[in-house]
Amino acid sequence: MINSMKSVFKSLFLTELLKGMSVTGRYYFRKKFTLFYPEEKTPQSGRFRGLHAQRRYPNGEERCIACKLCEAVCPALAITIESEQREDGSRRTTRYDIDLFKCIYCGFCEEACPVDAIVETRELEYHFENRGENIMTKEKLLRHGELCENQIAKDRAEDAAYR
Amino acid sequence: MSELFDTVWGWGEFLWSFTIVQIVLSIVALMVPLMLCVAYLTFAERKIIGYMQVRIGPNRVGFFGFKMWGLGQPIADAVKLMFKEIIIPAKANKVLFLMAPVISLATALAAWAVIPLNDFLGIADEVNAGLLYVLAITSLGVYGVIIAGWSSNSKYAFLGALRSSAQIVAYEIAMGFALVGVLLAAGDLNLRVIVESQHGELGLLDWFWLPLFPLFIVYFISGVAETNRAPFDVAEGESEIVAGFHVDYSGMAFAVFFLAEYANMILIAALTAIMFAGGWYSPLPEAWIPGGIMGSLIGDGIQWFIIKTAFFLIFFLWFRATFPRYRYDQIMRLGWKVFIPVTIVWLLVVAVMVLMQLGPWFD
Repeated sequence: MINSMKSVFKSLFLTELLKGMSVTGRYYFRKKFTLFYPEEKTPQSGRFRGLHAQRRYPNGEERCIACKLCEAVCPALAITIESEQREDGSRRTTRYDIDLFKCIYCGFCEEACPVDAIVETRELEYHFENRGENIMTKEKLLRHGELCENQIAKDRAEDAAYR
Repeated sequence: MSELFDTVWGWGEFLWSFTIVQIVLSIVALMVPLMLCVAYLTFAERKIIGYMQVRIGPNRVGFFGFKMWGLGQPIADAVKLMFKEIIIPAKANKVLFLMAPVISLATALAAWAVIPLNDFLGIADEVNAGLLYVLAITSLGVYGVIIAGWSSNSKYAFLGALRSSAQIVAYEIAMGFALVGVLLAAGDLNLRVIVESQHGELGLLDWFWLPLFPLFIVYFISGVAETNRAPFDVAEGESEIVAGFHVDYSGMAFAVFFLAEYANMILIAALTAIMFAGGWYSPLPEAWIPGGIMGSLIGDGIQWFIIKTAFFLIFFLWFRATFPRYRYDQIMRLGWKVFIPVTIVWLLVVAVMVLMQLGPWFD
């Protein structure tokens, strides 16, 4: 009896609804979480997985030895590799394409690579303007690697203890 | 120069002598600010709901390269929608399809004719059946919804239209009963007389919201249901039936539906202010209002009407930010089994209060 009286009172005087409104009313004055994106940016982890790059050794030799482990591990089948023997007898890629439309940025290629050749950089602000630009060719990968080598090396060194 | 001025003035006087010119000008003078209010109400909604969700809402679009807290957003939205294509579904009834949004908007705007803005402003506020006119015109708004749902020849649109029409009809009854209470209290159908009968020395406490409190609440909630706003937005039901009756609309035809919805919100808020919150009267007791400029600012006037309307409008947005959508049977239960009995009981109470000439409202 008392319980039913209570529930009638509750629903008749809209107490629950008023409680809900007081919650949203309080939140109105809370400090806002919004980040003003192009002007402000969130801090990035050193393990951030963004646009791909290929690295070179300090002497300028490219690291990739065309072992095709990355191609094998890639769950999205985004990597295509063709290789041949160079004049000095070492095996190198003649073609190394990553289709960025297929890529899911899982970072497996980076983990699989025995020589730290393919890496994912912190770069996340890029776009394509023409069809075909979504393919990261070997030249583009190497150029991007040269551009961010300092950052890449620093991030790898910091993470070395955990790998 | 002065000759030119004289000719123009002469033309102006000549035109003014036609009643139709006066009427059209007064309509334009009311509609232009109203449409601007509608545009900025959408902005206010996005901002306020954003703030309640601990984010900041639109803040980029401004004028002349300045951001100005995003104040250019509604203008940008309107321009964008105007340039979009209005797609008419192949098997739709073209005439009705394009007429439906117009009906929605027209009924939302036409009701403003009888609304008194302050003690002398208003288009046709001397109409002695103002309240009846408002009820009749706002009821016609449901045709816009039904025709839109039917003519787009899509099952989702049709479902939305059916839900919406049943809901609007159900809540119209509760709304009508709530207004009968106002009629009893004021003793007149003219909206200006209704406002004037709330005048008194006590300010805020003289208004009808106090003796008619349950009716006031019922009226406002029915108003939310009438305008198909959250939490009663099953007609739109974004998560269930995409967008309800206007799924097939695009471009400006779609925008007109939105204009109608927001114009209806402003109308309901304005009617609440008129019938329960003393229209243009100041909430302060008469004795507190000083003379001079200060007195004209906080004394009776159109500014109080606007402030009250804005106050009630904020509740529409607040509801939307707070409540989840009602289930359809709950909506019907609330309308038929809660609101109508509550209003009928309180009608008796009001009648007794009026008979006893209970002060300060009914003496």
